[in-house]
Amino acid sequence: MILVLVETDASGADEVSRETITFARNLSAAGGGVPIDAVVIGDLPVPAESLTDQLASYGVRDVHHVTGDAFSAYGGASWASAVVSVRETTGSVVVTAGGTPRGMEVLAHLAARKGVAMAANVVSFGGLSPFTVTRQVVGGAVLEEMVLDERPAVFTVAGHAVEASPAEARGDGRLVSVNPEVDTADLVARVVSSDPPAADLSGGLKSARVVVGAGRGAGGANKFDDLLELTSLLDGELGVSRVVTSLGWRPHHEQIGQTGSRISPDLYVACGISGAIQHWAGCSSAKTILAINTDAEAPMVSKAHYAVIGDLHEVVPAINEEIKRRRG
Amino acid sequence: MTNVLVCVKRVVDSSGEVVLTEDGQSVDGKFAGYTMSNHEECAVELAVQATAATGGTATVLTLGEPEAVEQLRAALAVGCTAAVHVEADAGAFGPSDVAREIAAVVKEHEAAGRPHDLVLLGNDAADSGDFQVGIRLAYELGRPVVNGAARVTVEDGHVVAGVEAPTGYETYRVPLPAVVTVLEGGVEPRYPTVPGRMKAKKVEVETRSPATEPRGAKRVRLLLPPPQPSSVQILGKGADAAPAVVDLLEQLGVTR
Ligand SMILES: Cc1cc2nc3c(=O)[nH]c(=O)nc-3n(C[C@H](O)[C@H](O)[C@H](O)COP(=O)(O)OP(=O)(O)OC[C@H]3O[C@@H](n4cnc5c(N)ncnc54)[C@H](O)[C@@H]3O)c2cc1C
Ligand SMILES: Nc1ncnc2c1ncn2[C@@H]1O[C@H](COP(=O)(O)O)[C@@H](O)[C@H]1O
Repeated sequence: MILVLVETDASGADEVSRETITFARNLSAAGGGVPIDAVVIGDLPVPAESLTDQLASYGVRDVHHVTGDAFSAYGGASWASAVVSVRETTGSVVVTAGGTPRGMEVLAHLAARKGVAMAANVVSFGGLSPFTVTRQVVGGAVLEEMVLDERPAVFTVAGHAVEASPAEARGDGRLVSVNPEVDTADLVARVVSSDPPAADLSGGLKSARVVVGAGRGAGGANKFDDLLELTSLLDGELGVSRVVTSLGWRPHHEQIGQTGSRISPDLYVACGISGAIQHWAGCSSAKTILAINTDAEAPMVSKAHYAVIGDLHEVVPAINEEIKRRRG
Repeated sequence: MTNVLVCVKRVVDSSGEVVLTEDGQSVDGKFAGYTMSNHEECAVELAVQATAATGGTATVLTLGEPEAVEQLRAALAVGCTAAVHVEADAGAFGPSDVAREIAAVVKEHEAAGRPHDLVLLGNDAADSGDFQVGIRLAYELGRPVVNGAARVTVEDGHVVAGVEAPTGYETYRVPLPAVVTVLEGGVEPRYPTVPGRMKAKKVEVETRSPATEPRGAKRVRLLLPPPQPSSVQILGKGADAAPAVVDLLEQLGVTR
């Protein structure tokens, strides 16, 4: 059996979790149709029935919902202890999760507890005997083939490595409530307070027809005026690289990529973005890509359909002026 | 007083073109040079800040080839006060091997009256990207662990760690001794000063051999993703390209 740790958001199972289940279905098929179960922990943002219904459409058999006071706040160790307990009762031979901060953390705990290896950021499955996966290393510039010869085989699936798609055959989607005991030692490192994130406005980004992207080349938190003007002239949305969110220049919900949103606009204008594989994972579905970059050798430039070589702070204002001039 | 151990890994600088060694087992650093990850640079900075605030020691550790002493010196130059070098071929060590070696050092130092109350690591190494050494280390030591913290401070026997999560800014408060893995972004690593570099040269590095045989990584081989043929059309250079860009925007029908 394959056990998938599912994370949730306002849509039910979040996109990366649905991608991970889609990925798990390949394994399931290779194994002659081994069932896929999901484990979801803590309070649900949607009614349980709508989550189980959604997961059933992805081919999931049982949905193990872990409840109890111990899970009111997130903690890597307590979540892992719950996943371990579900894995013991189900006898899963594979445990997987999305390559998100929590997916990575919980499965690393689980692997340490079980004394087995964990493969992070898997992008493809090579075969069952031996159980082989390929994963991203060196910031995505290199792929590593790895053998997971212990049980359970533990790995996380890189965000947006596959596209989430419902299964041909529905699963049962049976809700199984579980309330595992948690060791007090596993409750020591838990979130004690949390400031809610800036409102999640990524919906607009995901469905935008035009996205103007900004990376480290933007140069600072106060240097987005031209980019925002272009965004508004094109009636689009602003999207950014992880460097931009890590440096605190823009909010996380604007991030495009493996650990951000996946966009599919008609036009993506990528300004000052190098085009790392993790960024590409989020923007490769754009119909047309225009890169603006000082470096003609940047991967984003060679992957784009069109490019302008130059400083975005010169190019973007000139574009804005030209649009306004033609509009009169 | 808090004594901090911070773990850094010598990795090939992968900001430029990446080349593999002939056996396909590692990344070749002959031309690209070596560095440590941004996460680890931030961990070093946090270690130095925490010890400055509480008056303890900041020890930097690496497991790697003899040349990895360069990364130890870099951390000493920005304020670490002691260094440990487990001399070994890091490529032959899997993440659980590395965790076991770090734990061996922590336990031995503790027995010798030099406890490391707080161990900081990067969230993930820039080359192997295993996302797990810190967590495995916590299990080796029987300590709590916070993962992916951008901010780390020490107050009355506790480490307070702030994680910039998709679900919001989350705070952990965990009693020492503890392990924390660091994600870049919360602090700006400082640059070494000339006196800092001079001081770093004088520190005697504790060099040791691995405590146990490594079990190794589960690697079969490394591969480079196939190069994508480029079909980019260059519209021009600088501001002069604006008319060509707007022609394209009109052609795509996105200028309203
Ligand atoms: C597990 C993992 C997950 C990740 N997830 C994501 C993700 O979801 N999204 C993401 O984006 N990244 C992600 N990353 C990070 C990714 O590897 C890159 O580090 C990041 O995308 C680089 O951002 P950047 O292009 O803005 O910066 P850089 O790589 O520093 O590139 C800056 C670019 O701007 C150009 N430039 C500089 N100045 C100017 C100027 N004035 N005008 C025009 N061009 C200029 C430079 O030539 C360069 O090409 C992830 C990494 C890992 C390891
Ligand atoms: N060979 C090593 N020597 C010292 N620290 C290491 C080594 N390998 C990994 N680490 C630490 O563990 C963190 C996570 O690594 P990883 O789990 O391999 O992605 C790194 O950011 C380092 O802080």
